[in-house]
Amino acid sequence: MELIAELVPAGSRVLDLGCGNGELLAHLRDHRQCSGYGIEIDDANVLACEQRGVNVVQLNLEEGLALFEDRSFDVVLQLDTLQHLRNTEKMLSETARVGRIGIVSFPNFAHWPNRLHVVGGRMPVTRVLPYEWYDTPNIRVGTYADFEVLARRDGLRILDSFGIQNGAVVRRWPNLLASVAVFKFERS
Amino acid sequence: MTTLGDVQPQSMHFAEPLPLKSGAELRDYTLVYETYGTLAADRRNAVLVCHALNASHHAAGTYGGDPKSEGWWDNLIGPGKPLDTRRFFVISVNNLGSCFGSTGPMHANPDPAAGGRRYGADFPVVTVEDWVDAQARLIDALGIDELAAVLGGSLGGMQALAWALRYPTRLRHCIAVATAPNLSAQNIAFNEVARRAIVTDPDFHGGHFYEHSVVPKRGLRVARMIGHITYLSDDAMEAKFGRDRQAAALGYTTQDIEFQIEGYLRYQGDKFSEYFDANTYLLITRALDYFDPAFAHGGDLAATFAPASAKFLLISFTTDWRFAPARSREIVKALVDNRLEVSYAEIAAPHGHDAFLLDDARYHGVLRARFERIAAEIRNGK
Repeated sequence: MELIAELVPAGSRVLDLGCGNGELLAHLRDHRQCSGYGIEIDDANVLACEQRGVNVVQLNLEEGLALFEDRSFDVVLQLDTLQHLRNTEKMLSETARVGRIGIVSFPNFAHWPNRLHVVGGRMPVTRVLPYEWYDTPNIRVGTYADFEVLARRDGLRILDSFGIQNGAVVRRWPNLLASVAVFKFERS
Repeated sequence: MTTLGDVQPQSMHFAEPLPLKSGAELRDYTLVYETYGTLAADRRNAVLVCHALNASHHAAGTYGGDPKSEGWWDNLIGPGKPLDTRRFFVISVNNLGSCFGSTGPMHANPDPAAGGRRYGADFPVVTVEDWVDAQARLIDALGIDELAAVLGGSLGGMQALAWALRYPTRLRHCIAVATAPNLSAQNIAFNEVARRAIVTDPDFHGGHFYEHSVVPKRGLRVARMIGHITYLSDDAMEAKFGRDRQAAALGYTTQDIEFQIEGYLRYQGDKFSEYFDANTYLLITRALDYFDPAFAHGGDLAATFAPASAKFLLISFTTDWRFAPARSREIVKALVDNRLEVSYAEIAAPHGHDAFLLDDARYHGVLRARFERIAAEIRNGK
């Protein structure tokens, strides 16, 4: 969380898509003087946000971000959310529309243990990807390298990117060595 | 089950005329209200609760130990409840034009030309904004500058929103449940059917039925029946009644009750016509129709909310088709556009509009969390 928080400029107006229990937004508010809103679909998470005093709007992200005007946020976060959405590409363009900067993180399916699973003929089941293929909420399976291709295709300029493995930043061969991919981008 | 125990309504008389949105004025009036809990020495723990169409100042507690007299929002208000009266001083005001004690059409018209007659149809048309202005005067008289929160559902939610727009510095939190920025054409249409049922009842006498010692009960019954249908979801009605029959065998009658839903609606209509005032029903449905704060801003809801500064909580219910979630989202958007603090919960409750009066755990959980936050802010001197 700290690694992501450091990517967010102090004082930013933040929209956190799939904000979970509001922990990151509360951290950004308390330590980086940020303001903004979280979007959540889950009742228990909405309650947790309310208990933290974090602004939360209960919405289904699949319905888009019609609630928010163009460039109305400094930063739009989409952490560990992208892979759950059917309209991945649409959400990415919505992220770039609403925010000056987008930050996404998602499980990197090209992390080497995952590759070994696939070479062995099975879909990966790991700490970061604990689900079986038939019950996984991760309906979009992508890699660090795949995102670079998609970003180029959709006219997103990558400002920074790295992998995260065991809580540490991975900048060398992140597509192979990191279980989580992080990208910071803007609309070019 | 009430935990507040017996409560006492109070009343306050106001001799200074209240200018109304219509241009008329109410020259002299009384507000009936109840309070629960204790006003703190710093007077920062006051919460105003606004009532909806057919409710009153009696939001919580009982009268004379009678469990049947429990207030309409007793599941929410009381010691240990989401709006905890051990922490908050809760004020619930009966609105002008009502039939539960505050000045209304059944009271004597002070205009000398009226010759001591009751107002009847001559009671001035009151709006949500007028109610809020009257509530503000009561709050003044209670010595409260700033409310910790204003809370309301449905028409009460409109009052909470109006507070945030008219008195932005006098409330810290605005909590609006199952409400809308204005009524849709369909909503106005339902209200109009109800009003026509009342007005065309031969016992209505142009609104001066008091002098004829009759009550337009037929009209009131039909008005309540149509209203009641719109407060329930299709699913809730199906689950509760389905096609259940009154008797095992059909009677092949066009006028007697064949299905239980008919009996239920007639019962609700009968009950309502015994206690509700026909002129009040007309006035309150009109107040709903007229509420449209964005009209003065060319329909721009974002511009409308520019003066607001409260922290907002909006709640809607997925099966509420009378005040649908999409209407609450319009308000959320306007608040976000103004960079105001807002949270919005969309509760997947099956009950339709009536859900705002029920004690769904998710709904009350969010309200409890908000009031705990407000209490913490008071403790921390924020």
